Amino acid sequence: MVSSGKEVRETRIVTRRLHDVDNSHTYDAARADGAYTMWEKVLAAKDTADIAAQVKASGLRGRGGANFPTAIKWESLPDVYPRYLVINADEGEPSTFKDRELLEHDPHQLVEGICIEAFACNINTAFIYLRGEFALGYDRVMQAVADAKANGWVGENIQGSGFDLDIVVHRGAGAYICGEESGLIESLEGKRGMPRIKPPLPIHSGVYSKPTVVNNVETVSTIPHIMKMGGEAYARLGVNRSTGTRIAAISGHVKRPGIYEIEFGMTFREILFELAGGLRDDRKLKFFLPGGASFQWLIDTDEHLDQVYDIDDISAKLGTTLGSGAIMAYDETTDPLLVAWRLAKFYAHESCGKCTPCREGTGWIEKILYRMSHGQGRPGDMELLMSASANVSPDVLRAPFTQTTICPLGPSPVSAVASLQKYFRAEVDAACANGPVSIPVSAS
Amino acid sequence: MSFSSENLTRAHEIIAQYPDPHSAILPLAHLAQDQDDYLSVDAMREIAALVGTTPSDVQGVCSFYTMYKRTPCGKLVVSVCTNVTCLVVGGPEILEHLEARYANDDDVFVEEVECLAACGNAPAMQVNYEYHEHLNPELAAAVVDDYKSGALRARGVSGGIR
Repeated sequence: MVSSGKEVRETRIVTRRLHDVDNSHTYDAARADGAYTMWEKVLAAKDTADIAAQVKASGLRGRGGANFPTAIKWESLPDVYPRYLVINADEGEPSTFKDRELLEHDPHQLVEGICIEAFACNINTAFIYLRGEFALGYDRVMQAVADAKANGWVGENIQGSGFDLDIVVHRGAGAYICGEESGLIESLEGKRGMPRIKPPLPIHSGVYSKPTVVNNVETVSTIPHIMKMGGEAYARLGVNRSTGTRIAAISGHVKRPGIYEIEFGMTFREILFELAGGLRDDRKLKFFLPGGASFQWLIDTDEHLDQVYDIDDISAKLGTTLGSGAIMAYDETTDPLLVAWRLAKFYAHESCGKCTPCREGTGWIEKILYRMSHGQGRPGDMELLMSASANVSPDVLRAPFTQTTICPLGPSPVSAVASLQKYFRAEVDAACANGPVSIPVSAS
Repeated sequence: MSFSSENLTRAHEIIAQYPDPHSAILPLAHLAQDQDDYLSVDAMREIAALVGTTPSDVQGVCSFYTMYKRTPCGKLVVSVCTNVTCLVVGGPEILEHLEARYANDDDVFVEEVECLAACGNAPAMQVNYEYHEHLNPELAAAVVDDYKSGALRARGVSGGIR
C-alpha cells in the first residue's frame, strides 16, 4: 500500500483524558485533569446565549448517526416547561463501541457536558439512558453522578447560582430499538420500546409529552471542549460541514482494531491502512462497512478508499453514510453473503414488531439470506431477495433511505442486500447456481 | 418472591427519582432479577403494585426485553456475541463449545447475543454482564469455570453488584 506521505494521526479531544490520565473515570483524577472547570466558568458567566452561540458556531452535529445539527435542536425547543434532556447511551449498533469507552472511562466529561447543555437549555432534569448490558458503565456513571453531586456540580442551587439539575441514570434491558430516540423515550416511560410516529418530534413532545432534547453520548461529551476552545476554533477542525472530530470505532480483520478519534477529512485508506495498520497477515481488503451496520458497504477500489471522511460528501458520492462512526473491514477470505445474513439476523431479532413490513420483511430477508449463505441458495434467490427487500425499502439500491416503516430499522438490512447486488452479484450468483432448485409448480 | 426489606427501600428510592412512577418498571425488574436470579410472575405483580399499574402491563413490558429471564436460568448468564465482528474472529465457535460443555449444567445458561460493543477486542462474551474479551473456546470455558468455583466473583443475573 502506497503511503499518502503526510503524517496520519489521531486528534484526541473527547478521548484525550481516557488515554492520558490514569483512573480517568474517578472524580479525583478527572477533576485534577480539569473536569468541571468549563461548567464552573459558564455557570459564573450566566450567559446561556453565549453557550448556544458557541455550539452553533462549532457546527456540531449529532454523533449518534443522524448528524443533525445540535444547535438547531436547541433552537427548536418550544417555550414549555418542564422540559427534559435525555442522553442516548443505548449503544447497540453492531460494531459500534465508542460510547462504551466514554461511559466506562470518562463519565465526568459526560456529566460536565450534561450540566452545560441543561443550563443552556433551561432544563432541570436529565436522564442518561444506558444500554442494559453496560454493567460496568452503569456503575461508573452512577458513581460519577454521585460524586458530582457530592462536590456541588449537580443538585440544587449549584454553586449558589440558583440553577438546579437532577441527573437520573436509567438502564435499558436489552433492546436495540431503544437506541431509536422515540423508542428510547417509550422505554424510559416504562413501556415496550416501540418507536412513535413522528411528528411530533421529541423536541416538541418527548418524555411525558414534554419537550425533550435527545443527544448521543459523544455529542454531549464534546460540548465542554467547544466551550473551552471556542465554537469557531472547533469549527476550523474538519472539512466543510463536517466540523471537528469523530470517534471512529474500527474492527474486523484489521491489525489494530480500536477507537480512533480523527479529524473529519481523512481518507478511508488512511484510516484503515495507517491508523488501523492494514489487514491481518497482510491479506487483501475485500469490503468494508464505512458507517456501522445499517448503511451500504464499500469495496477495495481507489474511488472508495480515497473517499474523504466527510458526512455530506460520502452520502452525495457513494450513497452511504458515516452512521454511528463504526468501520468494519473484511479480508479476501470473507463470504459477503455470510456477513449480510448475520446482519439480517440481527435486524430480524431486534425488530420491535410494530410495523408489518419490518416485522415480516426482516424475517424473510434473514431466511432467504440464510439459505444463500449456507450452501442452499437457489438460482433466482437474489431477485427474490430484492423483491422481499422492496417491501421494506422500496428503492432497494438507495437503502436504507426509503422506507415503508416508522423508523429506519426495517430498511437497514436492505443496505446489505443493495451492497451484494452492487458489488458481489457475480459471486452471489455463483454461490447459488448449484443449490437446490424450487419444485416446479405443475400447470396441469 | 417479594423484595427484601433492603431492596424494598431501594425500590422506593428508585420510584422517587422519576416524575412518573411507571418509569421505574425497568429498574425495578432489574432489582428483582438480581435478588431472585430470574424475574418471577410474583415479582412482576409486586412491581405493578409499587408503581400503580396492572400485573399484565408489567409482564407485557418486561416480555419485550431480552435481559429479563422469566423462567429460572441458573446463577450465571453467559452471553456470547456472534455478530458481524465476532462472527469472523471465532465467536460462533465459542458459543458452540460453551453450549455443549454446559448443556446439562443447571447453574449456567449459555445464550447467543447481539453485538456487545466489544468489537475492538473481539471475540467477546459477558458473564452476568461482566465483559471478557480476546477469547477462544478454551479461555471462555476457563472463565466460566472460574465463576463456578468462586475464583471470580459474579455480578447478579441482571448485572448488579453483589
